[in-house]
Amino acid sequence: MTSDNNNVLMHVDNLVKHFPITQGIVIRKQVGAVRAVDGISFDVHKGETLGLVGESGCGKSTTGRTILQLYRPTSGSVVFDGINLVTLKGESLRHMRRKMQMIFQDPYASLNPRMTVNEIIGEPLIVHNVARGKEVEDRVAHLLEVVGLDPAFGNRFPHEFSGGQRQRIGVARALALQPSFIVCDEPISALDVSIQAQVVNLLEQLQQDFNLTYLFIAHDLSMVRHISDRVAVMYLGIIVELASRDEIYHNPLHPYSQALLSAVPIPDPFAEAKRKRIILEGDVPSPVNPPSGCRFRTRCRLAQQICADLRPDFRELKPGHFVACHMAD
Amino acid sequence: MADFLLDVHDLQTQFRTQQGVVHAVNGVSFHLKEGETLGVVGESGCGKSVTVMSLLRLIPTPPGKIVKGSADFAGHDLLQMTNEEIRFVRGAQISIVFQDPMTSLNPVLTIGQQLEEPLRLHVGMNAAQARQRSAELLTLVGIPRGKDRLNDYPHQFSGGMRQRVMIAMALSCSPQILIADEPTTALDVTIQAQIIELVKRLRDELGMAVIWITHDLGVIAGLADRVAVMYGGLIIEEAPVKELYANPRHPYTIGLIGSLPRVDEREHNRLESIEGLPPVLYELPKHCPFAPRCKFAVERCWNENPELQPASAGSDHFFACWVDVKTGRMRS
Repeated sequence: MTSDNNNVLMHVDNLVKHFPITQGIVIRKQVGAVRAVDGISFDVHKGETLGLVGESGCGKSTTGRTILQLYRPTSGSVVFDGINLVTLKGESLRHMRRKMQMIFQDPYASLNPRMTVNEIIGEPLIVHNVARGKEVEDRVAHLLEVVGLDPAFGNRFPHEFSGGQRQRIGVARALALQPSFIVCDEPISALDVSIQAQVVNLLEQLQQDFNLTYLFIAHDLSMVRHISDRVAVMYLGIIVELASRDEIYHNPLHPYSQALLSAVPIPDPFAEAKRKRIILEGDVPSPVNPPSGCRFRTRCRLAQQICADLRPDFRELKPGHFVACHMAD
Repeated sequence: MADFLLDVHDLQTQFRTQQGVVHAVNGVSFHLKEGETLGVVGESGCGKSVTVMSLLRLIPTPPGKIVKGSADFAGHDLLQMTNEEIRFVRGAQISIVFQDPMTSLNPVLTIGQQLEEPLRLHVGMNAAQARQRSAELLTLVGIPRGKDRLNDYPHQFSGGMRQRVMIAMALSCSPQILIADEPTTALDVTIQAQIIELVKRLRDELGMAVIWITHDLGVIAGLADRVAVMYGGLIIEEAPVKELYANPRHPYTIGLIGSLPRVDEREHNRLESIEGLPPVLYELPKHCPFAPRCKFAVERCWNENPELQPASAGSDHFFACWVDVKTGRMRS
């Protein structure tokens, strides 16, 4: 699935992350595993926004953290700028971290309440020996301006800010080391509707200004459509469909993507009245013991015998449109 | 006024906090007809939940206090009832489904025990009847093998299933009004779609009125007959659902609709955002609460708080703004 190699910033190949389930206090033995991410492959192109959508528990956040090596993968490789991050350790991995940062979901939990805004944003600069003393101050002030906050607020603590402002602080911290790649892990889902648009507009502006590449993780499909160039749909630890934004929203091939899209409410009563919903029955199965073959078959309206027997390949049905389904054509 | 099932007039609720008195609801009036679905939309802190909690007298007192207003339900004022009287309304005639299905069920009682309780208290069933009816209710809300699951505890159910249990409980005494306070916010979209379909079906089958509170304009669009938009503890616009989305008149509603990306959007436009933050009201607003964020604000907006007025004489579209944004003219 390697296309144009010059254009690929990150190449993820067959990435697996299992969390062990252990039993026993003295002698701990592994009795099973939560198969949070179970063999996914995709490329991230330079300068694009790749949207990663799915329901809670599908492994999208684990994916984001695993490719940044915040969790070490069980197997698979993540090649960033030609370097396989999975084999890196210690100082060499830390060096790479400058180029890839993360914006977290919960702006209330992701900022240290005992640090001032200046300290929060300045910390990466000091940790990575990029700047010190007065230079840190100047750069922090500049970063605050970039994200639309008054530099005079630098001496305040996080609790003095609203959710949207805190998320701006989180964005400034992620930008401090001038990364080329940022994982945005549901950056707006904890915010109010009118504030969400502010933060999304900011992210789009920064992408243009600093030539950033985003992996945008979200469960809000309307927002993902708005911000992404390409979209990957995850279900129970695997990517079931990956395509350009227009392709996936106009012509979804996987039955799960189709159901997911039809479930999103549209803020327009006329459009709502005309829509036909595909209502999925039941709940997502447990990732400890996922169904055999195709993961989605237990809720799929098209499921056949082959879906239980064989795990479908992630195949390229059209140029750039990948889907993992036996029935799609 | 007799043909309204519920008629709320000038409701005001305040909370005493260490920082001062928070004016959460500042004079809300609305009505509900039989079998009608009213959507209440607003951001967090706009007073939408406090409004309905006040009606059912579920506001913790102190620190909360219903300062003013009336809520006429079937000839009685909910706000004047004694605790004993309101208890017979709650759950029996007006019931409520809360936002978080994870915390609104008692974790140490079985689902069966929790479902049977209102049936025995309000309907006066005996144990066997209540158990029978509980099993039927679980089937009604689409939980398979309802009878076998009565002995299960809440943790044995998924989020969507728990919300179904909550709905079953709310419906158990055939209420005339179902209040749904952000019932799908904690759920995934595919589960949200299941719950919305369920409530729609039950509403049509049982003919009850629904008040659906949400911050998601999308959810309301396919569900409500009328929509009230709240801001700063006030209803600032109210209209039939199609009218509201096609022709929003209050700058806040216009901004809110503009700030939403649509899953069926054709071209990429920059989202319109409303700058600034929603207010926390430590005193009654003397000016329009939206004025600090409003692009259209004129001097009058800072001096007087506009009241909800019909868009034109006899219209069922109301909005509270001094400026008619559509024409750019001032309203009197």
